[in-house]
Amino acid sequence: MTETKFEPNIVAFVCNWCSYGGADIAGSMRLKYPANVKLLRVMCSGRVDPEFIIEAFRRGADGVMVLGCHPKDCHYIEGNYKTLKRYNMLKPLLDQFNIEQDRLYLDWVSASEGEKFARVAKEMNERITQLGPLNWKEVIGQHQSREV
Amino acid sequence: MSDKPKIGIYWCSSCGGCEEAIVDLNEGILDVVEAVDIVFWPVAMDFKYDDVRKFKDGELLASFINGGIRLSEQEEIVKLLRKKSQLVFAFGSCAVMGGVPGLANMNNRESIFKRVYKEIESNDNPENNVPQTEFKLEDKYELELPEFYDSVYPLDQIIQVDYYIPGCAPAPDTITDAFTAILEGKLPEKGSVLSPTKSLCDTCPRKETKPDKIEIEKFVEPHQYDKLDDDRCFLEAGIICMGPATRGGCGERCINANMPCRGCYGAPDDVKDQGLGMLSALASIIKPDKEDEIPKVIETLPDLIGPLYMYGLPSSILFRKKIK
Repeated sequence: MTETKFEPNIVAFVCNWCSYGGADIAGSMRLKYPANVKLLRVMCSGRVDPEFIIEAFRRGADGVMVLGCHPKDCHYIEGNYKTLKRYNMLKPLLDQFNIEQDRLYLDWVSASEGEKFARVAKEMNERITQLGPLNWKEVIGQHQSREV
Repeated sequence: MSDKPKIGIYWCSSCGGCEEAIVDLNEGILDVVEAVDIVFWPVAMDFKYDDVRKFKDGELLASFINGGIRLSEQEEIVKLLRKKSQLVFAFGSCAVMGGVPGLANMNNRESIFKRVYKEIESNDNPENNVPQTEFKLEDKYELELPEFYDSVYPLDQIIQVDYYIPGCAPAPDTITDAFTAILEGKLPEKGSVLSPTKSLCDTCPRKETKPDKIEIEKFVEPHQYDKLDDDRCFLEAGIICMGPATRGGCGERCINANMPCRGCYGAPDDVKDQGLGMLSALASIIKPDKEDEIPKVIETLPDLIGPLYMYGLPSSILFRKKIK
């Protein structure tokens, strides 16, 4: 019997001004990071509505990462503080829904931190691999798809 | 029977408050009865399901269905009403979003039955019986009960819904406006919610006391707050008021009774998930910016599902708790 190894599906929201640059540098430096981290560029981490994160889980993400500028470095001055507050509130909400809090991760990556980006992506991948699949469709989705 | 348009009213998983709201139209109900024939209303009048089955498809002008779908019987009857009606109205928060009974989506059939039939202290059920869908007594009497589903569904996850009348229960004005629109043929585009799409804050009588920037250092519950009569904005006092993420049109009944909005009218058109929209709004009014101080503010909120999803859990993106 062959057993296929679980490869998590990870969505990473990266901000245009810092973290996307960080990911870019990681590429220029030829650093390796897991290919299953899928980048979505947004103008600011503060643009990431909680709806986006939950929708990503519903559509099959096993983990969601939000990466923004370091505190005090936000291009829009306080976007990343808003993200930080939402993130802190979303975690207990996920917990109440029985979704492991570790599936959501927030960190700051500046445009020069290629190495940090690669490290964060790798660690996230390891964390989610260990948690296993979220199986939203199997566990929750089936209830919703009765008939319309 | 006269040739007036026929309408049906049915209840599913709800408390009966929506029927009460129709009766609360007072003399207004006479105008309604003058204009239409109510041909099906199990709560108030004696009709059988077979009476409905005898109608031709599309013979009823409209059905008003309140309550979410929890039992197979409810699913069967709303599907029947869909076939027999030209228009279906989801009437009240439960039909629109799942409502308060929808909070049961934090459990499933097994855990609900366990609590209700086995654990409750006042129960006398030594054989641990739980409801079965079929039962045969003395080999000759076959008894049937509807199936109890694992989750509660808003009406539009079961059948196609043409219009939504929100509210727990819908305000008399909302109901009257809806009836008038039907009778005068002035209904908006199908799929519309028959209530303004601006948020409640927009028409809130306490709008004046709301500062430009709200900053709070802790959340409090109404009973922990001793200056409630100040006509102050609830959010500014740190009390969760769903106003920013809830559509108006209710007449600000709760605010005028000195209670914060609980969100029964549902999210405005541009918000997909009321609870997450509100979470976003709440997060942005937390004052501290330091990473170690923010969780302390959030810890003053013991529960998030209750305030954020009091009415909308089954229609939210999350839909239900993941049962392992």
